[in-house]
Amino acid sequence: MSEKEHKVSRRQFLSYSLMGVGGFMAAAMISPMVRFALDPALEAAGESDFVSVATVDQLTEEPQRFTFQVTVEDAWYTSDQSRTAWIYREGDNIIALSPTCTHMGCVVNWDTNEEFPNQFFCPCHDGRFEKSGQNVPNTPPTRPLDVYDMEVRDGTIYLGRPIQRNSV
Amino acid sequence: MLQKIYDWVDERLDITPMWRDIADHEVPEHVNPAHHFSAFVYCFGGLTFFVTVIQILSGMFLTMYYVPDIIHAYESVFFLQNEVTHGVIVRGMHHWGASLVIVMMFLHTLRVFFTGSYKKPRELNWVVGVLIFFVMLGLGFTGYLLPWDMKAYFATVVGLEIAEAAPVVGGFAKMLLAGGEIIGAQTLTRFFAIHVFFLPGALLGLLAAHFYMIRKQGISGPL
Repeated sequence: MSEKEHKVSRRQFLSYSLMGVGGFMAAAMISPMVRFALDPALEAAGESDFVSVATVDQLTEEPQRFTFQVTVEDAWYTSDQSRTAWIYREGDNIIALSPTCTHMGCVVNWDTNEEFPNQFFCPCHDGRFEKSGQNVPNTPPTRPLDVYDMEVRDGTIYLGRPIQRNSV
Repeated sequence: MLQKIYDWVDERLDITPMWRDIADHEVPEHVNPAHHFSAFVYCFGGLTFFVTVIQILSGMFLTMYYVPDIIHAYESVFFLQNEVTHGVIVRGMHHWGASLVIVMMFLHTLRVFFTGSYKKPRELNWVVGVLIFFVMLGLGFTGYLLPWDMKAYFATVVGLEIAEAAPVVGGFAKMLLAGGEIIGAQTLTRFFAIHVFFLPGALLGLLAAHFYMIRKQGISGPL
């Protein structure tokens, strides 16, 4: 390219250089702050801690409610909170369901509505789930109840965090 | 692309005169370091403002994690400094910048003093500058308490005793600042509110007056 075709005036050159240097300095200043603010969104989620909840011989074919304590570390605030799980046995399989309705997050109950026996029922918007956690079609929830991450060791059931699933 | 967006807005709102009015003005030869290197002393005011901007920005980001509460203040500062990525940098900017503001402001004051720039007709700008100085000291004093560690606590104990030593109004001033009998929960929230809302508000107003006057009156002549 000849010089005539691509002429950068002294003023343009200076203004580009100043913008470049200024932009670099501004970026050096701003970027740590932006990364600082974005931190919660970029942090990898922690491993789930398993908590002992029940023993295998307590389980029946009927879902039972078990309450357990988890230690929640919320930034600078650590607290013990109670969680519940609906746990039942199906042959050799053990299923631990989260009680949180997948519609709006209310708490479901087993077999409490006389019209719909042997189903999980959510009193907020009449959401219903089968025993497997499968949401009943034409009720508000759009996906099955979450299952807890689970480990069984020496006849004791340990639960981790709830895992979302899209079908049973 | 940027030029097109600018032209589109400019065609409708005629923004060119607005920013030209602010940004486009002659820099006299005696304050231009390209002509006389010693003129760099005229940069101290701008540098003070630059550090102030960093203080405002880093402070805004720090409040994303900080809580002004006697139980959790220290823990939240510890968390944001040690657990949050770049927290040590952002808090460091605010910590060191606080001292740097005072240093730059002092140098700026010296330059104004030794060039006699405070003389007629610029006396009012000197007065506003002194008010800015007091606001900055207030920001430093209130900000010092916020980490709620031993140094913060006892610095405030001493500071409030100084306030108490003032004749007649001393006891009242101390009570007003501490918000109670002891330096505790109410002192911390009070200092936080003063540090992030009241003094920055006052500072922005004073800075606007400071800059308006310097543009109106121009930079003082050469020695």
